[in-house]
Amino acid sequence: MPKDHGIGAASKRREDVRFLTGTGNYTDDINLPRQLYVHFLRSDIAHGEIRHIDTSTAEGMPGVKRVFTGKDFEGVGGLPCGWQVTDRHGAPMQEPAHPVIAQGKVRHVGEILAAVVADSRERARDAAEAIEFDIAELPAVVDMKAALASDAPKVHEDLTSNLCYDWGFVEDNRDKVDEAIRTAAHVTTLELVNNRLVANPMEPRVAVGDYHRATDESTLYTTSQNPHVIRLLMGAFVLGIPEHKLRVVAPDVGGGFGSKIFHYAEEAFVTFAARQLGRPVKWTSTRSEAFMSDAHGRDHVTKIELALDADHNFTAIRTETHANMGAYLSTFAPSVPTWLHGTLMAGNYRTPAIYVNVKAVFTNTVPVDAYRGAGRPEATYQLERVIDKAARELGVDPVELRRKNFVTEFPYATPVAVEYDTGDYNATMDKLAEIADFAGFEARRKESEARGKLRGLGVNCYIEACGIAPSNLVGQLGARAGLYDAATVRVNATGSISVMVGAHSHGQGHETSFPQVIAEMLGIDESQVDIVHGDTSKIPFGMGTYGSRSIAVCGSAMVRATEKVIAKAKKIAAHLLEASEADIELKDGQFTVAGTDKSVAWGDVTLAAYVPHNYPLEDIEPGLEETAFYDPANFTFPAGAYACEVEVDPETGKVTIERFAAADDFGNVINPMIVDGQVHGGLAQGIGQALLENCAYDANGQLVSASYMDYAMPRADDVPFYAVDHSCQTPCTHNPLGVKGCGEAGAIGSPPSVVNAVIDALHSGGHKVAHIDMPLTPSRVWAAMQG
Amino acid sequence: MTKVSMTVNGEAAEGEVEGRTLLVEFLREELGLTGTHVGCDTSQCGACVVHVDGKDVKACTIFALEAEGAEVRTIEGMANPDGSLNVIQQAFQDHHGLQCGFCTPGMVMSAAALLAENPKPSEHEIRDYLEGNICRCTGYHNIVKAIMAASGQDVSRIAAE
Ligand code: FES
Ligand code: FES
Repeated sequence: MPKDHGIGAASKRREDVRFLTGTGNYTDDINLPRQLYVHFLRSDIAHGEIRHIDTSTAEGMPGVKRVFTGKDFEGVGGLPCGWQVTDRHGAPMQEPAHPVIAQGKVRHVGEILAAVVADSRERARDAAEAIEFDIAELPAVVDMKAALASDAPKVHEDLTSNLCYDWGFVEDNRDKVDEAIRTAAHVTTLELVNNRLVANPMEPRVAVGDYHRATDESTLYTTSQNPHVIRLLMGAFVLGIPEHKLRVVAPDVGGGFGSKIFHYAEEAFVTFAARQLGRPVKWTSTRSEAFMSDAHGRDHVTKIELALDADHNFTAIRTETHANMGAYLSTFAPSVPTWLHGTLMAGNYRTPAIYVNVKAVFTNTVPVDAYRGAGRPEATYQLERVIDKAARELGVDPVELRRKNFVTEFPYATPVAVEYDTGDYNATMDKLAEIADFAGFEARRKESEARGKLRGLGVNCYIEACGIAPSNLVGQLGARAGLYDAATVRVNATGSISVMVGAHSHGQGHETSFPQVIAEMLGIDESQVDIVHGDTSKIPFGMGTYGSRSIAVCGSAMVRATEKVIAKAKKIAAHLLEASEADIELKDGQFTVAGTDKSVAWGDVTLAAYVPHNYPLEDIEPGLEETAFYDPANFTFPAGAYACEVEVDPETGKVTIERFAAADDFGNVINPMIVDGQVHGGLAQGIGQALLENCAYDANGQLVSASYMDYAMPRADDVPFYAVDHSCQTPCTHNPLGVKGCGEAGAIGSPPSVVNAVIDALHSGGHKVAHIDMPLTPSRVWAAMQG
Repeated sequence: MTKVSMTVNGEAAEGEVEGRTLLVEFLREELGLTGTHVGCDTSQCGACVVHVDGKDVKACTIFALEAEGAEVRTIEGMANPDGSLNVIQQAFQDHHGLQCGFCTPGMVMSAAALLAENPKPSEHEIRDYLEGNICRCTGYHNIVKAIMAASGQDVSRIAAE
């Protein structure tokens, strides 16, 4: 019986009312008195030396307050990188300076050359056009392998090469893996590209800086997934503003998908300029600017080898990946192809020996960082594609080959340094077979063929590491931050509750799902609980939302804080009931003395805490408010199995998704409606990557897909209704809610099954195509069919 | 600067605009109706859809001056007179047809226009009609479902309840 409230209920989202009536408060809806506007002049050259910039005409134009260039930022810190990777030989990665405004050189199209601040957006834009500049163009490096040639132009002349790091994982496994591959009964090799993507939350980034001279306080309103991270990075490393003088507010945020994790130059600029000018400064990104200034995602080129023994047991995996960093290191960029990718290379399988090599490369392109899944989609894609290819080479059923190699005993320590706590991969595969109707596939294929279409079925599994992350572990791996989260549960006198959380909701529905947990724990109505998030002046120091961590990490902090509240409330109840604390039970919002009918209501206890007339003041303080910080003991490991059914038009190469099914194990689920929605959205992004989306540069470093005319976003008619299921639940063993996280699964799990399905369809039509790189556009599919 | 006047959500509205001021800028910045969003600069995303004289229009594609004298309706004017959610808005909430909410005003306005001309659209017709509205969050599943439900169709058999 589905529950109608508390944990497990499909409670309707309370945040919807404001979004459906146009009364949300997004950053661009914020306008401050006396606000100025900044327009950034951006480089249209990928690589060049700035010979000269003349801003004098622009400065004299109507409404212009000031024009800033790199010179104004000479004494200001650069944008910091939050993760240091150590290479195979024990050396730290190469880490170039990352200026707020270009200093001396431009290194990618879109880099900020100058900033005009004026009293209107139009005037700032007009004046930017009057800035004269001379950039001596240098040869650009775009292709990663070419960038590593000894004579390649250097993106950063002060570095020894364009190689950021050469990472080996686990380096000690290397010889064992080489040996296993040399002696294997069968080795399947696949070279593939994980295409560069742009996250494209529908709300472009916005930043508004404000400064009050009287108190020396700065405020930044920004489209961020993690306001405290921005406060820390910008305050401590860029502008030198102490935390107590810097407030960062991320109000309603229109999607992030990773791209709003990072600290960006524009945020530092508006905060800096507001201090300089003594007036608020606002920047609203256009979509065109977003394409050339938001961090991009993916962009890996990989060779993977899978070794099998004569019984088709996986014996070894060896991979070699080139990962594009772009021109500078974005906030968490180095961690994505390494610790979020190499550690997942075991997938759902028992493979005893694994070695992952990653060369991270600087190029004259926009910085690349985490995008929904971040490293895990890249790992899943190559693994699940090579398994399918192996099955085809060996003439075995791809699902059976997977099942044969599944990890079935938990906990399971992989050879790539992580330990899966729970899972049941056969259960999700069984569920998938049911909801995807494997049994009916042949009949559907015949029906398609009768219409002259090729039909294919593609399946894949995935596992991801979420609930990021144990601080002591990530510290050893190079993180320059802790990755706990925090919550303060403030119980008010009449029993209503405000919960201040470090997680940030930008579509995930925390305002609805988090109260469900507290309501369940206390036995009170969900409507009694409100969530406060997104403002560093109101919430405890938390690390924000990414990596499917909100409920697993911040939710756990909230549970811990609520447990403290309950413990104190029981003390108060014991006093009021003149009973022993150990005998007090809390159920349905009533404190009862066990075995009696003596009870006191939640609201009476909370009132006593704030009006402590009859109260054990000698033992406990008045008030009822508790904070907890929660640092996870391990990652969580959501996993599942996905199936895609496509039709391919043999005349045109056009692929249509006919059916898509996803069977996930997220552990316990707080709000199944929200979880379904998270999976749906991820699936569309994964299908988009597989069929449509591609961020393309030409050889000169020009971004050729810089608008929705050229970058194909998935639209309503590109996707089907999805069959999703999360009834297979192996609860996480190390967090109090037994939750694993669900935000990224759809995007991680879907691209391989789409590609596997297309390859299957082509084979059914007699086209022996081994692989096609994403996106599988009609022209690529058609060309592959022609041989 | 030129004077412009129109009716917005049933009330007279006027202001001074430049020739280049877009309707969406006038609504957001002059009138403070920030429910209408801007998601692109190439008229592709549909976050800015409003109704002008009863037709759905991308408010980033017309100048404010072109709406002189027009009847404009925005998301702020869609709720029932008593303030409760209208049928389409309620269906979006009931079926989780929104996540971050940024595309939502445009989706609701497009859906309203669709249902006005086609009271019982099929799944295919809905997907086709929404071609000009991008949502990055929902994967469209629950948006399509919500619009079908708002038109009185039974959606209980759609996958993934
Ligand atoms: S803002 Fe009007 S279509 Fe994108
Ligand atoms: S709900 Fe976020 S873009 Fe549609």
